[in-house]
Amino acid sequence: MSQQDWPLWEVFIRSKQGLDHKHAGSLHAADAAMAIENARDVYTRRMEGISIWVVESKNIHASSPEDAANFYEPANNKVYRHPTFYHLPDEVKNM
Amino acid sequence: MAMQEVENKFQEKIDTEIKIEPKDWMPEDYRKTLIRQISQHAHSEIVGMLPEANWITRAPTLRRKAILLAKVQDEAGHGLYLYAATETLNISRDELLEQLHSGKAKYSSIFNYPTLTWADIGAIGWLVDGAAIINQVALCRTSFGPYARAMVRICKEESFHQRQGFEVLLTLSKGSTEQRAMAQDALNRWWWPSLMMFGPKDDASPNSAQNIKWKIKRCSNDELRQKFVDMCAEQVKVLNLTIPDKKLKWNETTNQYDFGEINWEEFKNVLAGNGPCNKERLAARISAHTNGAWVREAAEAYAKKQQLKEKLLVQ
Amino acid sequence: MNPSSTNFKTKGSDKETEALYNYTLHLADNALIMGHRLSEWTGHGPALEQDIAITNIALDLIGQSRNFYQYAAIINGNGCTEDSLVYLRDVAEFKNILLVELPNGDWAKTILKLFFFSTWQYFLYKKLKSSFDQQLSAIAEKSLKEVTYHIRWSSEWVIRLGDGTEESHSRIMNALDELWPYTDELFIASDYEKQTADNGIGVYTNSIKNEWGEKVRGVFRESTLLFPETRLLQTGGKDGKHTEYLTSVLNEMQFLQRTYPGCEW
Repeated sequence: MSQQDWPLWEVFIRSKQGLDHKHAGSLHAADAAMAIENARDVYTRRMEGISIWVVESKNIHASSPEDAANFYEPANNKVYRHPTFYHLPDEVKNM
Repeated sequence: MAMQEVENKFQEKIDTEIKIEPKDWMPEDYRKTLIRQISQHAHSEIVGMLPEANWITRAPTLRRKAILLAKVQDEAGHGLYLYAATETLNISRDELLEQLHSGKAKYSSIFNYPTLTWADIGAIGWLVDGAAIINQVALCRTSFGPYARAMVRICKEESFHQRQGFEVLLTLSKGSTEQRAMAQDALNRWWWPSLMMFGPKDDASPNSAQNIKWKIKRCSNDELRQKFVDMCAEQVKVLNLTIPDKKLKWNETTNQYDFGEINWEEFKNVLAGNGPCNKERLAARISAHTNGAWVREAAEAYAKKQQLKEKLLVQ
Repeated sequence: MNPSSTNFKTKGSDKETEALYNYTLHLADNALIMGHRLSEWTGHGPALEQDIAITNIALDLIGQSRNFYQYAAIINGNGCTEDSLVYLRDVAEFKNILLVELPNGDWAKTILKLFFFSTWQYFLYKKLKSSFDQQLSAIAEKSLKEVTYHIRWSSEWVIRLGDGTEESHSRIMNALDELWPYTDELFIASDYEKQTADNGIGVYTNSIKNEWGEKVRGVFRESTLLFPETRLLQTGGKDGKHTEYLTSVLNEMQFLQRTYPGCEW
């Protein structure tokens, strides 16, 4: 029994009404063309008119969860960046 | 950070419904349990394709043929989502398949029963997918992120599975004498194995407590099984068929259905590999994998050649 | 199903209607039998992702066949339905090309068969879009998108296998040997094809032979496969002269409807 393993690819999909690509899952494929076709067959069986990105998993670099505190603490200090900081009159509540 | 603090932070996340993601620290047992549970779920989807797939060529109308094909294809997709979720825990697809083919990993025993008639396809959709849905809805809130997200995706797709099965049985139950008998016969054979899908009784389930604490499991086996019985006991009335359990009875006090004792000997036997189709199912999967080796190798060889060509072009 | 739904002759006895009916059945049977064969791979593919891909194609083809069968049932006018046409006609009444009824064999044979077939369907549907018959033209247009994907998917596999390993190359060469004799039938017109083409409804099937050949040659070049020259004609499917393979396909497909006649499913 062969143990050949096609590389793992991460799949990102943007739906017709979507603004950005969302991570949908992963799959195995031998090359990029196969990965895109597989992604179409696996992750878009129920929708049309979408954009598919595939990236070999080994090429994804992610931030480390331990860094979270250091990465994001500065943002927490700048509370004026959050919309809830501002009190608006009722008439413009939907802003 | 001391180990105790790390473990506390981990449990805190779980208690506050924060998802655990693949790169987060997790107890080794948590990781192992997840790998076992998610991959078992994945294997079940894949093996589960077989009893239904073999009726695609015999589906009695074009509409049924298309529906069944779409359903089985969905199951392949579900298996894929779940393998993908398992692979985030640092184990490869190859290793997972090796575990399945060697018998080391288990899959849901329900798929070791044969599909003898067209009515079985209806029964599987109604009962087996019905049971799966109850289990999966609970798992949408499981603590491990990739698993929960896979469950949400699966649940969205699953509801048509149960509906199409029920429709098949409904059509049969309204048909000829032979068709009605076919439907009742299928229900007789699939009812008890479906109840067994929820696993052993709570008091016979050793790992349950820890798995509930870690929110790998959200509801107990008995809880889910009761839900299933209550649901089916009502739905069967529409079918005008009889669930093969003389003890099935509405209980005014507890507001749920009482039901008979499961044959745990049969459960153990099938789980241990002595069910009617265990050997065949596994053999089919091993054969597909083995026969497909040259195909996978060819695709890989071609990809490597292309990469080499691109490198030379760049130079 | 009432008895008249097995009256497979057309209500109107004029030659034109009959030719249109047979032509539509031919298009339907091609798609159905090919889809049926592909569906046999479900659960047995070389990789999970490929299982999903090939069943997608099977679904597409079955969908196409339903469109054609539903139209054929209307032309029939004798109470036939898509299901009575599929489940109650006998072997000699099926009009598919022989290529599609052949067994799947290994992955190489399946892929090559699909590649030959989709390429043929593509050029056929491209011309059929301009048919004077609105229904056929609409079905062709709808099916073209799917078929375009089928060619892409299957041709890439032909290339991977042809230019993959020694084993895959030898397997696809064997497949080519076995399948090539069945490709002639694609371009040899039956009477109903000639007649409908004369009426601006069908397609002169030999008119797409060159385009088909060019496409196949191109893919073969990339796959390092040799375009065969020898021809051993295998024909007859379009006129109901089939191989034993179709008999066994129909035995399986039709068994429930034949065992329990007149039932709803």
